[in-house]
Amino acid sequence: MQMHSLSFDVSHTLAGGLVLISFMMLYQDRLYSLLNVFALHALVLALSVAWQALIQNAPHLYVTAAIALGFKAIIIPVALHRIVKQLGIHRDIESAVGIGPTMLAGMGLVALSMVLMLRVTADADPLAREDLAFALSVVLLGLLVMVTRRNAVSQVVGFMSLENGLVLAATGAKGMPLVVEISVAFSILIAFIVIGIFLFRIRERFDSVDVSALDDFRGERR
Amino acid sequence: MNMSSFNPVAAVLLIPIGAAALLALLPGYRLTARLNVVASLLTFLSAISLLLIQRPQPTPYVLVDDLNIVFIVLNTFVGFTTSIFSASYIAHELETGRLTPAYLRFYHAMYQIMMFGMNLAFVSNNIGLMWVAVEIATLSTVLMVGIYRTHAALEAAWKYFILGSVGIALALFGTILVYMAARPVIGEGQDAMVWTLLIEHAARFDPALLNVAFIFLFLGYGTKVGLAPLHAWLPDAHAEGPTPISAVLSGLLLNVALYALLRFKILLAASPNAIAPGPLMVTIGLISLVFAAFMLYRRRDIKRLFAYSSIEHMGIIVFAFGMGGPLANFAGLLHMVMHSLTKSAIFYAVGHISQVKGTQRIVKLRGLTVTHPVLGWGLVVGVVAIAGLPPLGIFMSEFLVVSSTFARQPLLAIVLVLGILLAFGALTLRLTSVAFGNPRGSTAPVEASYVPMFAHLSLVLIAGIYLPAPLVVWFQHVARLLG
Repeated sequence: MQMHSLSFDVSHTLAGGLVLISFMMLYQDRLYSLLNVFALHALVLALSVAWQALIQNAPHLYVTAAIALGFKAIIIPVALHRIVKQLGIHRDIESAVGIGPTMLAGMGLVALSMVLMLRVTADADPLAREDLAFALSVVLLGLLVMVTRRNAVSQVVGFMSLENGLVLAATGAKGMPLVVEISVAFSILIAFIVIGIFLFRIRERFDSVDVSALDDFRGERR
Repeated sequence: MNMSSFNPVAAVLLIPIGAAALLALLPGYRLTARLNVVASLLTFLSAISLLLIQRPQPTPYVLVDDLNIVFIVLNTFVGFTTSIFSASYIAHELETGRLTPAYLRFYHAMYQIMMFGMNLAFVSNNIGLMWVAVEIATLSTVLMVGIYRTHAALEAAWKYFILGSVGIALALFGTILVYMAARPVIGEGQDAMVWTLLIEHAARFDPALLNVAFIFLFLGYGTKVGLAPLHAWLPDAHAEGPTPISAVLSGLLLNVALYALLRFKILLAASPNAIAPGPLMVTIGLISLVFAAFMLYRRRDIKRLFAYSSIEHMGIIVFAFGMGGPLANFAGLLHMVMHSLTKSAIFYAVGHISQVKGTQRIVKLRGLTVTHPVLGWGLVVGVVAIAGLPPLGIFMSEFLVVSSTFARQPLLAIVLVLGILLAFGALTLRLTSVAFGNPRGSTAPVEASYVPMFAHLSLVLIAGIYLPAPLVVWFQHVARLLG
């Protein structure tokens, strides 16, 4: 067993921490606590990106870290807190699928991404490899949050955690251009969504199991 | 400015941006609608000039080659005709108060930003930049889909937004993986994202990494192409937004995502040990085709009907590109052009019809050829074209797809023909009830601009009867590029 350097261990820990926090999101049943967990997610991402900036000697990544810290760990959670309060939906989250199956599915997804990414990136350097495997896990877990939640706010949180996984992947790929631009573009996208929720008071995802309600919306009732 | 310093690539990007800024500031319908048309015309003319003058050399950011010129010219042409249609459509929306002047400014500015995003996606030589451009185009259309702010429109915009965001997120992951595959060969930094360099060195990339990357890119951009089972956003977005947006969504935005897919397909084909993307595209294409063909029967909303028809045709196009080979690629390319022209023409007709009748529900639209002969017969011609009847252009491209498939994979061809026939049946059924029979609803005359609709339909008709030889040669060349 080969010994890894400190830089490897730290980035490994941070990336693994992100996966763990993604798991924590899966079982939050209150919107406020979900938002808090997301803020933690963004904080760990900021640390991870800053660490990558340090070890890769890539100062522009500090910008991405700063965006993650300021925008995603502070501004967005605070804004969503206020929206949740104003919309009066802070009581609970109705999750479409139970916590048990969701956790099992989450484990399955993480196992899948490990098997997939570690196998196909056998020749890449170990740091990038594991980073990529963790990043894919975070992306898939974010998708899982999006599909198991019915509430617009928690769907957005799921999307943002998915996006954190992408930023993790992009910063792990050494020397990748346009990372800062992409993280700015994503921030704008998220700002749009949050403003959208606020302006249009989207309480629920409109997908319902009740098909008749859908037909009504679409004017397709016979 | 003399001609030697005229840069058409810069023009197709800067004209929409400048126009967007102006349109966001200027008040008044008359002025802004005209400005929108003029800007779109200038963009189209610049795109045409790409054909005539010598092409710029590829730079790390910009690339002009035989493949994307087809897309750019088509894009700016439909963008131009839609802006003419949009002018008369929007006038009516202002009268009925569905749009306020403030929203009108927003609408026009977004229209030009969307054109900018699409043109940028076509000319970009950097896969990261292409991704950003697709995102810009998507975001601007999301905002326009929700512009009426009704419950249904917001639902559609939200769904489009969420599914579209997931799509672009997956595409970004795929893009990162392509970079990872390229980095050991090309070296760190920007060069490893430049498409022309990628294709040069693709043979030495790690094939396993490239395979996974393509799966993500296919899922990601495939969501935007509207392929089943990731199509759920498409019908809602078409039905609830303003009709000019439905026309550009079907006619153009789906092509942008398709173009991105094709670029990566070429990349994968250049790497000998990577999986062949063909079977995946063929399968998903066929699923989309057959699924959409069945769904056509259950539609009650006319814009939703044609949205499903777009899924069906995108399925055929992806199928054709998946089959590969010079003939199938040629057919796919031709089908894409014909579909863009026909589908936007249909939406022009449907837009005016739903405005004058005040509804999009199929049961309430009857006897259109009696009440509004020009629109009604325009729609008939459009639907006949989209259903794939001779002598119109789509017949020819579908015939080419089917015959090239029969020669190679007869079993697949049977499924293909079945799907096409099913869709044909559904469309004829709906067409007869909408176009003929006892008239229903308002018979008030429409103030429509028929020029865009008939321009498109006559182009489709001409292409069905006679394709100019230079065009054939060019498309054949592009088909060989696509491998």
